[in-house]
Amino acid sequence: MPGNIQSIERAAAILRLLSGRTRRLGVVDLAGELGLPKGTVHGLLRTLQSVGFVEQDQETGKYQLGAALLHMGSSYLDGNELRTRALNWSDSLAARTQEAVRIGTLHDGQVLIVHHVFRPDDSLQTLDVGSLLPAHATALGKVLLANHPYVAVELAKKGLASFTDATICDAERLERELARVRERGWAADIGELTPAQVSLAAPIIDRSGLTVGAVGIFGPPERLLAARQPRGELLAYVREAARAVSRELGAIPW
Amino acid sequence: MRERYVAAIDQGTASSRCLVFDRSGRIVSVAQKEHPHIFPRPGWVEHDPEEIWRNVEEVVARALGEARLEASDLVALGIANQRESTVVWDRQTGQAVHNAINWQDMRTDHIVRALDKEHGQDFFRERSGLPPATYFSGPKLMWLLDTIDGLRERAEAGEVLFGTMDSWLIWRLTGRHLTDLTNASRTMLMNLHTLDWDRELLAALGVPRAMLPEIRSSAEVYGDAGGQLAGVPVAAALGDQQAALFGQTCFSPGEAKCTYGTGSFLLMNTGERPVPSSSGLLTTLACRVGDEPPTYALEGSIAVTGALVQWFRDNLTLIGSAPEIETLARTVEDNGGCYFVPAFSGLFAPHWRSDARGVIAGLTSYITKGHLARAVLEATAWQTREVVEAMISDAGVPLSTLRVDGGMTANNLLMQFLADVLDVSVVRPMVAETVSLGAAYAAGLAVGFWSDTEVLRANWHMAAQWLPDMDSDLRERGYRKWRKAVALTTDWLDDDDD
Repeated sequence: MPGNIQSIERAAAILRLLSGRTRRLGVVDLAGELGLPKGTVHGLLRTLQSVGFVEQDQETGKYQLGAALLHMGSSYLDGNELRTRALNWSDSLAARTQEAVRIGTLHDGQVLIVHHVFRPDDSLQTLDVGSLLPAHATALGKVLLANHPYVAVELAKKGLASFTDATICDAERLERELARVRERGWAADIGELTPAQVSLAAPIIDRSGLTVGAVGIFGPPERLLAARQPRGELLAYVREAARAVSRELGAIPW
Repeated sequence: MRERYVAAIDQGTASSRCLVFDRSGRIVSVAQKEHPHIFPRPGWVEHDPEEIWRNVEEVVARALGEARLEASDLVALGIANQRESTVVWDRQTGQAVHNAINWQDMRTDHIVRALDKEHGQDFFRERSGLPPATYFSGPKLMWLLDTIDGLRERAEAGEVLFGTMDSWLIWRLTGRHLTDLTNASRTMLMNLHTLDWDRELLAALGVPRAMLPEIRSSAEVYGDAGGQLAGVPVAAALGDQQAALFGQTCFSPGEAKCTYGTGSFLLMNTGERPVPSSSGLLTTLACRVGDEPPTYALEGSIAVTGALVQWFRDNLTLIGSAPEIETLARTVEDNGGCYFVPAFSGLFAPHWRSDARGVIAGLTSYITKGHLARAVLEATAWQTREVVEAMISDAGVPLSTLRVDGGMTANNLLMQFLADVLDVSVVRPMVAETVSLGAAYAAGLAVGFWSDTEVLRANWHMAAQWLPDMDSDLRERGYRKWRKAVALTTDWLDDDDD
């Protein structure tokens, strides 16, 4: 029988340590626990970080289990369940903003639409549920990518398709944009997928703090923008709806 | 100008809620409190009416507090309530003489069989629109009068009063003893044509008229509330399913809604005349606004819809939560030839066969749990089609659109399949809280907050629409198989079964 691959054994040992009681450990702590040189542990951590299995805390530099790993476990949220739990709040978002509402989740680097509420003007509209949108060119997608950076990195590696003059096709620009989205807690796409369309979105978070989806509105710039920026009251409604759905999923109120 | 609002109390089977709506029909605040069921014996279900009243007071206070409103901000209060549940109370002390007997309670089974035997179904159907059944208030009231010592004498003397939940709340709110005609139409005591208590029905059930509330319209000022709602006109009462029909703005003949919950209730507005059913549906009142002519409805109830998904989750444990059934069902293209008829306690509308029990038909070695999940969801759609066909045949008007509400409308696969097998468009309104909205609309109309029903129609917005997209051949083949599966359920119970 061939021997085990040593680096995988070591990576597994790191993950096991990070899943223990301490949760956050530095390179020195890990190296000490495993009896390995710091450089070896650092190399393993960098690889684990690149696939999303560990994350590094910006302030302390310590490591913790990554969202990708958590996603593989039981915390995965069914899209149909998300729709059911979000039904009342997405209706009320559509009623307040007078715009169409969509809820999306990440699916193979794209946004899968799991819920759609018509714009309340009784015009002819078709349900979008089940369709896929490019993540880097929509507000829903940017919210999801901002909270799943390893997916963003993978996506950028494959190349970012251009849809309009405003689409972000440059990996570094996307990274900066996602950092901004993370910081302010919402995303906007201003004509980045379709020239005369704007979308706004905010993250839906579950009880483990994981971003499991995004909720937002879409419509023409003349209704969603003021002085080329998203209208403040619309953003407030979107973020309020995202918080309400998150509370429904058991997230700690914030 | 100061914003004004309408409040609605939804006194339901599991909880009491208070919702406040603005002029556009949007929800401003919601408060809810559940109450326990009391099960004194198998098949018996009761509620404590005092507890329900306390909960109503609490949710009203919370709903107003949450929106920072005072009683003076409300133009009116409307009530929607669980239907048929029965309370009797003392006129002097205001205390109930017994727990409320819930609509699900089966203790009147023997009374109902005796009534059926003595007078025949038609006697009751012709007068009240209802066949004798344990759900309705009349037999429950009969049980109380027969069981509690001295109650009948006190009822004849006018010392104790009867009411459904609307009456109980209106009594506590305004001190008046009233009911609306939609609630009265579920007692088996009201005459559908005269809209008054029926002398022959009262005699058949031995109910003294002195204990009955006055029957009023569904939307008029019954009186001003006291207490925390001092000065607010109590201006509407409707049974919950009729309230949902009104909240869905089904104001014209042929307009219909179905509320999809544990069970499902399909009601169709039939206009200003009662349509007798020869297909096993109930004839009932839809609404009456002030002194306008009353509108009637046909009702078909489906006992097991969401309950089948719950059964699939809890008893087969193939899914962890109800919404996951859609995920499982989408793992396959179709039902694989499998049909699930959930006749768990017999077949209801339009078949009415108590000797039937459930079947899963068309099983082969090919069938997976995904096919079963499909069959579970499709059962709700096929059962709806049976009720819709009965309704079309009774009412003689085609159905162009089905308006839906309730928890199962979150299931896209089911809603699409429903549109496919009914071959009509299925639409979900933006405000899913149609029961409370209907009570608020009726109350707002009564006090002139809204000028007419056209204004309310303009408030109704479509949140989603599913259009039929199924080959008619496939649809009719599927329905044929469904009916064959239904035929397999009957004649299962034998005389010596327990």
